[in-house]
Amino acid sequence: MRAFSYERASTTEAAAKAAATKEGAKFIAGGTNLLDLMKLEIETPTHLIDVNELGLDQIEPTPEGGLRIGALVRNTDLAADERIRRDYQLLSRALLAGASGQLRNRATTAGNLLQRTRCPYFYDTNQPCNKRQPGSGCAALAGFSRQLAVVGVSDACIANHPSDMAVAMRALDAVVETVQPDGTPRSVPIADLHRLPGDTPHIEHVLERGELITAVVLPKPVGGKQIYRKVRDRASYAFALVSVGAVIQPDGTGRVAVGGIAPKPWRDEAADGELPNGAKAVTAKLLTDARPTEQNAFKLTLVERTLSAVLAEARG
Amino acid sequence: MQSPGALEISRRDLLVASAATVTVASASSLGHAQTNPPAASQSTTVGFTVNGERRELRLDNRTTLLDALREHLHLTGTKKGCDHGQCGACTVLIDGRRVNACLTLAVMHEGDTITTIEGVGQPGNLHPMQAAFVNHDGFQCGYCTPGQICSSIAMLEEIAANIPSHVTSDLTAPAEITAAEIRERMSGNICRCGAYSNIVEAITEVAGRKA
Ligand SMILES: Cc1cc2nc3c(=O)[nH]c(=O)nc-3n(C[C@H](O)[C@H](O)[C@H](O)COP(=O)(O)OP(=O)(O)OC[C@H]3O[C@@H](n4cnc5c(N)ncnc54)[C@H](O)[C@@H]3O)c2cc1C
Ligand code: SF4
Ligand code: FES
Ligand code: FES
Repeated sequence: MRAFSYERASTTEAAAKAAATKEGAKFIAGGTNLLDLMKLEIETPTHLIDVNELGLDQIEPTPEGGLRIGALVRNTDLAADERIRRDYQLLSRALLAGASGQLRNRATTAGNLLQRTRCPYFYDTNQPCNKRQPGSGCAALAGFSRQLAVVGVSDACIANHPSDMAVAMRALDAVVETVQPDGTPRSVPIADLHRLPGDTPHIEHVLERGELITAVVLPKPVGGKQIYRKVRDRASYAFALVSVGAVIQPDGTGRVAVGGIAPKPWRDEAADGELPNGAKAVTAKLLTDARPTEQNAFKLTLVERTLSAVLAEARG
Repeated sequence: MQSPGALEISRRDLLVASAATVTVASASSLGHAQTNPPAASQSTTVGFTVNGERRELRLDNRTTLLDALREHLHLTGTKKGCDHGQCGACTVLIDGRRVNACLTLAVMHEGDTITTIEGVGQPGNLHPMQAAFVNHDGFQCGYCTPGQICSSIAMLEEIAANIPSHVTSDLTAPAEITAAEIRERMSGNICRCGAYSNIVEAITEVAGRKA
């Protein structure tokens, strides 16, 4: 691990300003992704700003009838919150399908959204990786790509986003609230938070240097049957090969977001419109532009079958 | 710091001492400036309570809570398996909640209350979970055991606090203690010896006594 200086921030504005003005600064929340990557010197911040004492750990009702989730609410507490369990079951389910009890106790809402890919070559510093070292190439293209993305990819990078929580947030139309280094707040719909790789896979989201996530807002509850189904290589404590998060209404309409297959939680409102026509129709729309490798082409079938199982469960 | 004082030096102490030397050597190869003290701006003073005792340390900011416990406070009961959040051997309790001590920095724990396996119970005064692990042979080599025990104690508290799990069928009903729940909730603790079925039996016994 490279050496760094450390400060505990006490206000959101001070945290954002410090991060923007100090070269090489990063926020640290739970630390469960950042420290992992710092140990491998994939992340090399020279200054860490600890945001754990900012008081952003509350879940509050909004005037619109939704909930504002503080950026520092731990994954365990979010999944266990009575209002989330009652009105946003999809979010509880997605959180509980991720990581382990110990990790969820530390992992935060903001950190979970910004966690980085689990592409094995991103983690292996002896391999070329455009995300880790822009311009060095992509070892995954001709390598072990079974776990990686099939849609939204580019010639530069086929990494997938590993978060379960983000898939639920996408299906629930969550909005990310931030404060910019000059102190101005802004709102970013979750659909716009993560960027596709294009030829700059090292730029993963639209936040500016020093921009601090303060909360994630859920719109008012949408009801319906809310199901999160995660397919993985072992029954627990493993990242998704494919996951499907869906909200299905009694009339068969609804929304669906898919995890494990793209650089961001994958949803297409046009595909949602096909829900009454079944899993095949939805999957065809969702994966129109898919560009799988030989090793991960199975994910195309797996998305359809997982969605099919979700729809069967929703019908009861 | 704990000092061995006038106690006789056992073979185990010697082993611990030589293991510590090895750790220092490998740490410096990873870029730790162990021979020179870190620059002032790269170290921080932090105070927390460990097993009921107030501790204050000045640490290189890079020191994980796990390394602070093992290398600085010589509480070597907490184990390092993967050092990347993947095995659970380093599980300790912070303010009663289980966490992976390898993925958190010691300097982030100002004012916190930390319990390690040494604080859970001692020979002659075992915690019921420790005794149950012994009675049920909930281990073979024992390397994962401190983490398993800390994790299982906090896990039962999580069920008592009605925190749901991936296998909880009804999110609006109270959490139950079943073998399936215990297995899912303990999935963050890997046992290379595969002592899982006895671990579940030990936890089930303690859970039953509590219920
Ligand atoms: C073994 C293992 C298994 C896992 N399995 C799963 C899984 O199955 N599913 C899953 O979804 N996840 C899984 N995870 C990942 C885990 O969910 C993430 O590590 C965690 O959610 C990150 O949150 P954090 O608070 O610890 O983030 P940190 O590590 O503190 O931060 C992550 C990033 O977010 C930035 N950041 C943090 N807070 C803010 C803020 N407020 N504003 C702006 N930027 C911020 C940091 O600068 C950093 O770049 C696993 C992790 C491990 C180690
Ligand atoms: S897929 Fe992306 S993250 Fe993986 S090696 Fe290629 S460039 Fe790196
Ligand atoms: S040593 Fe911390 S999880 Fe393996
Ligand atoms: S008892 Fe050996 S690793 Fe669990």
